[in-house]
Amino acid sequence: MADLLTAEAVRKEFGGLVAVNDVDFMIPERSIVSLIGPNGAGKTTFFNMLTGVYKPTAGKIVFADGNITGKPPHAITERGIGRTFQNIRLFQNMTSLENALVGMHSRLSGGIMRSVLRTPGLKREEKEAHQRARELLEYSGLRGRDNEFARNLSYGDQRRLEVARALATQPKLLLLDEPTAGMNPQETGEFMSFVSKLREERGLTILLIEHDMRVVMGVSDRVTVLDYGEKIAEGTPQEVQRDERVIEAYLGSGALAG
Amino acid sequence: MFGNLVAGIRARWPEFEQETRRRAVRGGIVGGAAFLVLALTGAASLSLVFTFVVALALYVPAWSRLPRGRWVVLIGVILIAVLYPFYQVNMFEMPIFGEFPSVDTGVTMLIFIMMALGLNIVVGYAGLLDLGYVAFYAMGAYTAAWFASQHFSGANVHFGAVGVNPDSPGIHISIWIVIFIAAVFTAVVGVIIGFPTLRLRGDYLAIVTLGFGEIMPQIARNGDNLFGQNVTNGPQGINPIDPPGFGDTLHNSVGVPSDYLTYDKTFLGHDVSNVELFFWTALVLVLFTVFCSVRLRDSRIGRAWIAIREDETAAAAMGVPLMRTKTWAYAAGAFFGGIAGAYYASFKSGTFPDDFFFNISIFILCMVILGGMGNIWGVIIGGGFLAYLNQEGLGNIGGWMNGHGVSDFLFGHDIDVPLYQYGIFGAILVLVMLFKPEGLIPSSRRKAEFKEGVADQPLYDVQH
Repeated sequence: MADLLTAEAVRKEFGGLVAVNDVDFMIPERSIVSLIGPNGAGKTTFFNMLTGVYKPTAGKIVFADGNITGKPPHAITERGIGRTFQNIRLFQNMTSLENALVGMHSRLSGGIMRSVLRTPGLKREEKEAHQRARELLEYSGLRGRDNEFARNLSYGDQRRLEVARALATQPKLLLLDEPTAGMNPQETGEFMSFVSKLREERGLTILLIEHDMRVVMGVSDRVTVLDYGEKIAEGTPQEVQRDERVIEAYLGSGALAG
Repeated sequence: MFGNLVAGIRARWPEFEQETRRRAVRGGIVGGAAFLVLALTGAASLSLVFTFVVALALYVPAWSRLPRGRWVVLIGVILIAVLYPFYQVNMFEMPIFGEFPSVDTGVTMLIFIMMALGLNIVVGYAGLLDLGYVAFYAMGAYTAAWFASQHFSGANVHFGAVGVNPDSPGIHISIWIVIFIAAVFTAVVGVIIGFPTLRLRGDYLAIVTLGFGEIMPQIARNGDNLFGQNVTNGPQGINPIDPPGFGDTLHNSVGVPSDYLTYDKTFLGHDVSNVELFFWTALVLVLFTVFCSVRLRDSRIGRAWIAIREDETAAAAMGVPLMRTKTWAYAAGAFFGGIAGAYYASFKSGTFPDDFFFNISIFILCMVILGGMGNIWGVIIGGGFLAYLNQEGLGNIGGWMNGHGVSDFLFGHDIDVPLYQYGIFGAILVLVMLFKPEGLIPSSRRKAEFKEGVADQPLYDVQH
């Protein structure tokens, strides 16, 4: 399998603090890869470099054969990386449908002139966009919630809407930042099967961030473990689970002895 | 087509009936009380009854519940506005506020409404606090002054201008073209100003725009010797500016006025004055602004503006280019500011630096806030009301206070109320912020934002 995304020696420093320390990383096409690590391990910082929110201090990120290092977020989204946020960041005062439509921004062409004139081409585009947005909402389990303000949705539905909005950007690679945070075990299970379904049905490549290792074990092809900004292990879930450094990072150095 | 409409009306009839009944009760109580108060304070006349009937006819039936019913209200309001010069003299006298605003005041009100709508795109839609909007107004006015007056006396360019001697020096281009030039030019300036400033967030943006709002009038004031060129004619300003008009050819063939200032015709027994022509033209410009505002709001770019206002980081992550989208908002707002400025210059037949000081920016911002940010109806009402107060209302109130001994009772002597205008506007703003921070007629979105807040505090900043 070819690699959809590769990161070479990516590094991020905030002042003197090294948040991500020369991490090499790759995501094979159509795989589900998880990035795990204890709180504060640098997962979200790494994630933010992939999506353009932060510029890496050093290193190179290549996505679908194009160098995206230091590109602005909207350009990266346009190339095909969609993302969700760890702490839900929906457009709270927009409806579900509008949220999804904003996600389609880079896939639509209506400019200011055509919007004012409302040309037939634009009308058609808008109609199709609405149609597609409704389909996506339904696919993500939000049937009948189209015209509800995002803030009025239940917590679980807000999480689903985040995914629907990210899917609306028509990504090749979907980045999910702790998508199951705050979910109970049953919801978590449902969500994880939804993630697998995304790969099977839509051919997506998925990168998951989690701090709870158990969540990702079932679905991941590969797992990468970060601790204090360094990559300490990489491999199949089984390999990683047995890795001594991982156990130490998660449970403390005394754990092995016991 | 027609069958669809009938079916639609039939389908929504029960809702319509129910809502109408509710509105009839509400309108009857509030309207009846207002009617009674007005009648008792000496405003009783046929015109009051008529006003009452028209207001109830627009409000009570739940028009918006019917398919295409919104048009009924819209067309009703447009008709009321268009016919205003015809019935203005017959209107009853309001208590305290006195007579209805003159048509002349009406023109100023409409121009300020246009500017408020332009600023609404920047502040209400995209959520960018612009404290220097007057700069665009000034740009528009000076563009009109350059291209439709004797200012550049070295040149001798004539193109479609009316009411000027063909031999008179300076650039004289038809006002309609000048308004268009002004709009485009101002939009371009908006982009140029926006480029460095829109990288900033929130308060920082406000401070920089405040700076631009201060720079522009200073350039206007001192521009009589800008690198050796007389650009703005300094504190005296530039006047006269050519009037609007369609020229003799169009006048003779279609009958539109050839020159607004010399127009003299009677229509339905009503002597049409040139101020009324300015009024109707301003109305057309306002309708154009409203049309564009609505279309933009419901478009891809309008959604992107709202998304940026709600959460910049998330908007960027969803593929909205922040700089470009914000710059578009700035340009669109500037565009309408430019139109308003150019038209106002032609209406007043002059442009003076004192018209463009910082307080005007705040004044226009007050209109947007008072009416309800993001809501077009709200902004129209806010803009119209404040412009009216500024032009006529405060004077009338002062006259009433002095005439009825209220000033004497409160302060011991007569007072000149318009002198305290900014204190009064400030007080209005404070009261609105205290009791109805979302404005008089808020958009449903904005109302929610004031209750629940938006995610405008980024957890981390996009570093671009």
